[in-house]
Amino acid sequence: MKNIASLLHEHPFFHGLSGGDLNFLATCAENSRYKEGEYLAKESAPANHFFLIRSGRVAVETFVPNHGPLCLMTLQDGDIFGWSWLYPPYLTAFDARALSPVRCLRLGGKCLREKCESEPRLGFELMKRFARIATERLQAARIQLLDVYGPHPSQNPVQRRPHL
Amino acid sequence: MWRIERRHEEFPGTVTLALRREGHLEVPALPGQFNMLYAFGAGEVAISLSGPSAPSSDPLIHTIKSQGFATQALCRLPVGAQLGVRGPFGHGWPMLDGSHRPLVIIAGGLGLAPLRPLIYRFLQGQLPARSLQVFYGARRPQEMLYREELPAWGKSFELVTSVDHADTNWNGHVGVITDPLRVSAVNVKEALVLLCGPEIMMRFCIQVLRHKGVPASSIYLSMERNMKCAIGLCGHCQWGPHLVCRDGPVFCYQDVCKWFQINGL
Amino acid sequence: MESLKLRAEHLEVLIHAIRADGYQLYGPLLDNGAITYGEIGTASDLPQGWTDEQEGGQYRLKRRADKAYFGYAVGPHSWKQYLQLPRRPVWKASNSGGDLQILEIEEAPVKLAFLGVRSCELHGIAIQDRVFSQGNYSNESYTRRRAELFTIALECTTAADTCFCMSMNTGPYVRLPSDLILTEVVNSDTHFLLIRSGSPEGEAILKQLPTEIATKTDLKQAIEAVDQTAQKMRSGPRNFDSSDLKELLYRNYDSPIWDKVAERCLSCANCTMACPTCFCSTVEDSTDLTGTKAERWERWDSCFTADLSHLSGGPVRADTRTQYRQWMTHKLATWYDQFDSSGCVGCGRCITWCPVGIDITEEVQNIRAQEKP
Repeated sequence: MKNIASLLHEHPFFHGLSGGDLNFLATCAENSRYKEGEYLAKESAPANHFFLIRSGRVAVETFVPNHGPLCLMTLQDGDIFGWSWLYPPYLTAFDARALSPVRCLRLGGKCLREKCESEPRLGFELMKRFARIATERLQAARIQLLDVYGPHPSQNPVQRRPHL
Repeated sequence: MWRIERRHEEFPGTVTLALRREGHLEVPALPGQFNMLYAFGAGEVAISLSGPSAPSSDPLIHTIKSQGFATQALCRLPVGAQLGVRGPFGHGWPMLDGSHRPLVIIAGGLGLAPLRPLIYRFLQGQLPARSLQVFYGARRPQEMLYREELPAWGKSFELVTSVDHADTNWNGHVGVITDPLRVSAVNVKEALVLLCGPEIMMRFCIQVLRHKGVPASSIYLSMERNMKCAIGLCGHCQWGPHLVCRDGPVFCYQDVCKWFQINGL
Repeated sequence: MESLKLRAEHLEVLIHAIRADGYQLYGPLLDNGAITYGEIGTASDLPQGWTDEQEGGQYRLKRRADKAYFGYAVGPHSWKQYLQLPRRPVWKASNSGGDLQILEIEEAPVKLAFLGVRSCELHGIAIQDRVFSQGNYSNESYTRRRAELFTIALECTTAADTCFCMSMNTGPYVRLPSDLILTEVVNSDTHFLLIRSGSPEGEAILKQLPTEIATKTDLKQAIEAVDQTAQKMRSGPRNFDSSDLKELLYRNYDSPIWDKVAERCLSCANCTMACPTCFCSTVEDSTDLTGTKAERWERWDSCFTADLSHLSGGPVRADTRTQYRQWMTHKLATWYDQFDSSGCVGCGRCITWCPVGIDITEEVQNIRAQEKP
């Protein structure tokens, strides 16, 4: 049975972090599993956890009245989910539902926050990793907005800069 | 004269036509080439071949999205109707030599159509590729091409599908195709990557591919410009130093990267 | 070899000989206040004693003091209207009872002769030859009309202020093959056309003419007349170095000059219509009211229309900036990659016939100046 620190190290999010840092963070982490259909997080609920998906698929959803749940994006092995624990009011923004059996590592949000505060070097390292993923997600969301496969991508109400 | 032998609606507004010409057997078209299809009185439009996989006596397959006057007329034609066909024209996908490189296909929306002949060729064991990965992005699950073939494809090679929007019935990715592409294991040193889709989607995919370390010389893409005469004489498909109908539609990214970055060209 | 001359009053004999050989003869004539091209029956159809004054966006006819037949520069027409027809039927189709028939329209063979083809215009025809006849596919209509073409070239003894063939190395001396080549000399003492042949067909016509052996003085006068034209252009404001145009424009797709031109350019497409090499065309498909007969027509098109670059989502080049950039960069730069030569022959038509006087030579200089730190 692998210990938590080595499981953390296997996840792309923590690649390259020192053993000391991983052991330091491991005390916040626990291994967890979700069945298909189970929710990892619910919109507007306290954002207690940071998730590292080890296997399985997760849908990030929001419920649209008169329509039902609408999937915004799907996540899979190697992806992360949830950073609302990082800043007040520590509430989850979207639903996260397992589309298949999911194995993941769950890090306590409060625990992680406190470790980052006490160890700013590590905190900044993690922040850079979050920022990169958040940027990629933002870029992907913008491309989605462009509706590139739609009949009139140029007429999408996305604000366009000249010579973009 | 060519006649519609079969007609299949992929989804509302997009149909796949199988065309056959009586008394003619040889159809010397290569994957990635295109034909000019003429609907009586309405006009002519460039449509890539989405089948068959190789020169053969099988009917020509064209997948057409109803957009302008000519494509609307073509999409309305019933089985048995006649239409005009000129072609095939242009340079198709690079033919793999005996080096058995891994092949990566990235298609967006209707862009899967000109790549399907290569997929068929791979399935028939006629493509000297070591492996095949196909990334296919579409707007919604209902707007994917060849939906009835996708499950079988997924069993024969790595098929990653992604849609921009979906409800909860969809079991594939939701998000842009660049996301799964970014995290996928691509043999960047050896892979030959073929791209076809909206130009903007190809641009984002190329960013990811270059970031992963795929050399520009290993990336091929199929360009879309207004092709009117298809034989380099009318000037409509000007693209920098290229006439897309004559020099393309398939280009090696290394040869066109300068032009690919210029807006409004 | 002896040089020959044809006295001006015998130009009629030349015109008659060519027409008698079965050619449809086209040449310069006065029409609508300009010197245009049209069918020539006799020497009196030519705009004898007329000249033109040209500047950006300006064209005026003036009387000359002499009786020169060719004492003017190029007008709004170019020969391409006879080779790449402005509008022509391509085929007819019928669809009766679901049976679709397409009938290619074969043009009746035609023997064309052009009188007074300037060196820049010979270059223009040679450029269109490369576009239409020398690739993997050819424009059959053009190729057939071109095949029987008889040219009577003319060395320019008058240059408009808009002429810049010296800069493009396309004139005024006739260096490209032509069936006959004329140089007009007119002064108070004499009026003749130095004439030489450049093909067996030209030689056959030449033999029918009442030519005389040109004296050394005649030759000297002819050479001086053309030299003087060259000198005028060389010392004019539109003389520039064209040797690096491709590299210059390839470096300057983002030049702010394009924005400045776009503020003036009307996207009217006049430059492309007047240009002797612009070759863009489109086709129009139509049916009759019964829906059983259809036609396809080809007609000139222009990169200044949004329709030319139209894709399903909209045009690729929707604004004047990208349209003008496409036109000028194609003409002076990408043409080299596409057809192994410049697409510009320095005739100046695009300058004269631009309603706002945009000057391609000035824009080259603007782009070059903008580049310098």
